[in-house]
Formats: sequence, structure tokens, C-alpha cells
Amino acid sequence: MDGFDFDVIQRSIGYLFREGMTFTVTLTLIAMTGGIIFGTLLAMMRLSSVPLLSWGAGAYVNLMRSIPLVLVIFWFFFLVPYIGAWILRESQPVHVGAWLSAVITFTMFEAAYYCEIMRAGIQSIPRGQVWSGYALGLNYWQTMGFIVLPQAFRNMVPVLLTQTIILFQDTSLVYVISATDFLGAAAKVANRDYRLVEMYSFVAVVYFIVSYSLSLVVKQLQDRIAIIR
Amino acid sequence: MHYNWHWKVLLETEPGGTGSYLHYLIVGLGWTLVTALAAWVIALLVGAFVGTIRTTTLRWAVRLGNLYVEIFRNIPLIVQMFLWFFVVPELLPQAMGDWIKQMPPPWGSYLPAVFCLGIFTSVRVAEQVRAGINSLPRGQRFAGTAMGLTQAQTYRYVILPQAFRIILPPLTSESMNIIKNSSVALTIGLLELTGRARAMQEFSFRVFEAFTAATVIYLLTNLIVVLLMRVLENKVRVPGLIAAGAAPQAGH
Repeated sequence: MDGFDFDVIQRSIGYLFREGMTFTVTLTLIAMTGGIIFGTLLAMMRLSSVPLLSWGAGAYVNLMRSIPLVLVIFWFFFLVPYIGAWILRESQPVHVGAWLSAVITFTMFEAAYYCEIMRAGIQSIPRGQVWSGYALGLNYWQTMGFIVLPQAFRNMVPVLLTQTIILFQDTSLVYVISATDFLGAAAKVANRDYRLVEMYSFVAVVYFIVSYSLSLVVKQLQDRIAIIR
Repeated sequence: MHYNWHWKVLLETEPGGTGSYLHYLIVGLGWTLVTALAAWVIALLVGAFVGTIRTTTLRWAVRLGNLYVEIFRNIPLIVQMFLWFFVVPELLPQAMGDWIKQMPPPWGSYLPAVFCLGIFTSVRVAEQVRAGINSLPRGQRFAGTAMGLTQAQTYRYVILPQAFRIILPPLTSESMNIIKNSSVALTIGLLELTGRARAMQEFSFRVFEAFTAATVIYLLTNLIVVLLMRVLENKVRVPGLIAAGAAPQAGH
């Protein structure tokens, strides 16, 4: 520990947070929002009585959940340019940067995990709630939007947030496509100044502080919003 | 936009000359499994120990267990990989650190990867073990005490045998997670399945063939693990006891 160089952290801390942490937090927030929206839609599809919808959503979710996130990141990194070309009717794959690729990857990947949480949430609502919605003359979307989803969402907030903490940690895997997230920024400094011990220890401490604080908040929230049945 | 598939690339020889690309990927699967299996042994041993001491009446042991769980749960896996690979050898005594750094590939990345994955997963195992023990009726513990068993004997003969059988289903998903998570070891240079798919894409420029092949291999592996664990679950199931692990969980 004698040679531990705190100076390199002090020198680069502005860059780490301005470039890296901004990337990480923005990516987490966008992927969380998109993931919950798509995940809820996927959950509704999985629970639908139309076989094609439930089968399709089930296949997507199970596929995403059985292959490693690193492989999914590679898949989308190379696939998105082709999809872009297909949508824009170009003949060559379009150029997509690491940032957009990461946003799409994490939104699509997390949707599968949020889907399973929302599915459990929807299933935790008694069937009578749905029937009373229909009895009142509401259609499917109204029943879902005004009665089922708000309750399901409320019940699942702690699990959704816990998933988001995991998402926050998992965004560090964008390192494999050389994006400059918090870890990526630290790795660049570490390799430039040859200060790997200092930088990676610092990164670990920062991730720990953020994730642990968030998990304490979730725990408190859990006690507060638990519905006594 | 059109992509020309060229599946025969799987049968072409890889640049290292060890055989076809397909063979190259299968060897990668071998490394994935060997890494996951070794890490799984560490995860089960350490996880069972930490999970158990967190349910005892020893205050300091519970605290220590909680600290352990919080530390390794709140640091991303890839950062833990880097800590084991870059940082730990520097903190060890010089001779030992040098010995680790000079290990020939792939052992130089294999060992840190195994320790990292094992410790990372042990936290999740510990949580399952603790939940399993807590889900047992309290009367079991009282009955043990009433019969004159010490706390250690109660755990050994009454609580743990039941708890381990209860937590087997949730452990199935952990054993699949550890296979998936072993792909992070590619960041410290271990050429496991995902790493080899990536390398194959770089050598052959056949992006989607490489990743499709890897995906299919992962899916088949998952299928086999699920089937094996189902057989095991049926064998050890406690009649009349339903696992408490039905609550939705966050994961990755």
C-alpha cells in the first residue's frame, strides 16, 4: 500500500464524473424508463390470450434471459447498424456509435427482466379487479391502465428499483465495446498513467457507495409502501 | 439491406490452426464450463457458510456475514474481475504476486476469474441459504434445543439438511447465472465461449454466424442444465414442503 498514489484520482476525478458517471447514469435512467415501458408491454403480451402474442413475448424474454449480457452487447453492437440500414432503406450498414448502441442494448435487454417483474406484479392483482373493471364497462386498455397496472406497479416498486441497481452496475459492461462509462473512463486513465491499482480500487469504492446507498433507500421504501393484507 | 450468410465458415480452419471454427467455439464452451464449475464449488462452500452464520445467534458473525454480502453485491462483476486480476496480485507479498502474474496463459486469467465468479456468486447463494433456513418452522430449532443438541448440532442434524433440500430450485437459476456470468472473464483475457465468438468474428469477419453459433450453444447448455437440475430436484424434494423462493426477484 506504500506506493498508493492518491494524486492520480485527484487529477482525474473531474473527468471521471463529468464524462464517465454522466454516461453511466444517463444510460441507466434511459434504459430503466425504456425497459419498464417495453417490459410492461411484454408482460401484457405474455399474459394475453392471443397465442401468437404470448408465445412471441415468451420466446423473446427467455432468449434474452438465457444468453450472457456480454454476448447481447456484442449482438446489438453489430446488429443495430444493419437494422438501421433496413429502416432507412440504405444499402450499407449505417454508422451507430457506442452510445446509441448501448442505449438500445440495455433497453431491450432489461425489458426482458422488467417484464418478468411486471408479470408477477400483474398476476398478484386479484382477478376480481379485472372483472369489476369489465363490469363497469371499461375496455381492456382502460382496465389495465386505470386499475391493474397502477396496483401492480405499486406492489413491484421495490423489485423494480432493485433491478435498476443491478442495471446501474451492469452498464459497466459497455467496457467491452470501448464506451466511456465510469469504468471505461477510469480504465483509460489507469492505462495512460499506469495506475491500475488506484483507479480500479477507486471505481469499486464509488460503485459500492452508490449501489449500497440506493439499496438502503429501497429497503426503507419497501417498509413504507408494503400493503398490509 | 441484405446480409450474405456463410455458414460453411464454421468448418473452415481457424488462424491458430487447432481445427475448425466450430471446434474452436466448442473448446470455448469447455472453458466456460470448467470456469463455471470451479467457481460453483467455491460459491456453494462459501455461500453455505456465510448464509448459515447469518442465521445464528452470534451477533458478530451475523454482522460479518452482512458486511461480506453487501460488499460483493454492490460492486459490478467486471470491476470485481479487474480487482482480482490487476489489484490483488499487487497487494499480495511480492513473491506471490509475481508468481501469479507470471503464470502462463490461460491460467493467469483462469484463476482470478474462478475466484471472482465464485465469491460473486457465493453472495447470492448465501442469500438463498439464509432464506431457506428462515423459511423452516421455528419449532424445528426449538425441538433440537429441547432434545439437548447444541446450536452447532441443531444446524448439522436438523436445520441444514432440510434447508439445502428446500433451496435447490432457486440454486438452479444461480447455476445458469454463473455460466452466463463467466463470459465477463473475457475482459481479463480468458477465451471462453463469448470471447471465442468475438475472436472468430474478428478473424473471419463473419459477425452473425459467430454470434448465432455462440447463442445456440448457450441455449443448448442452459437446456441441459435445466434438465439435469430437474432430475436432482425430484430426487431431493422434501415431500409436503414447498419452496419459499416463489417471490419475484431482480436478476441479471
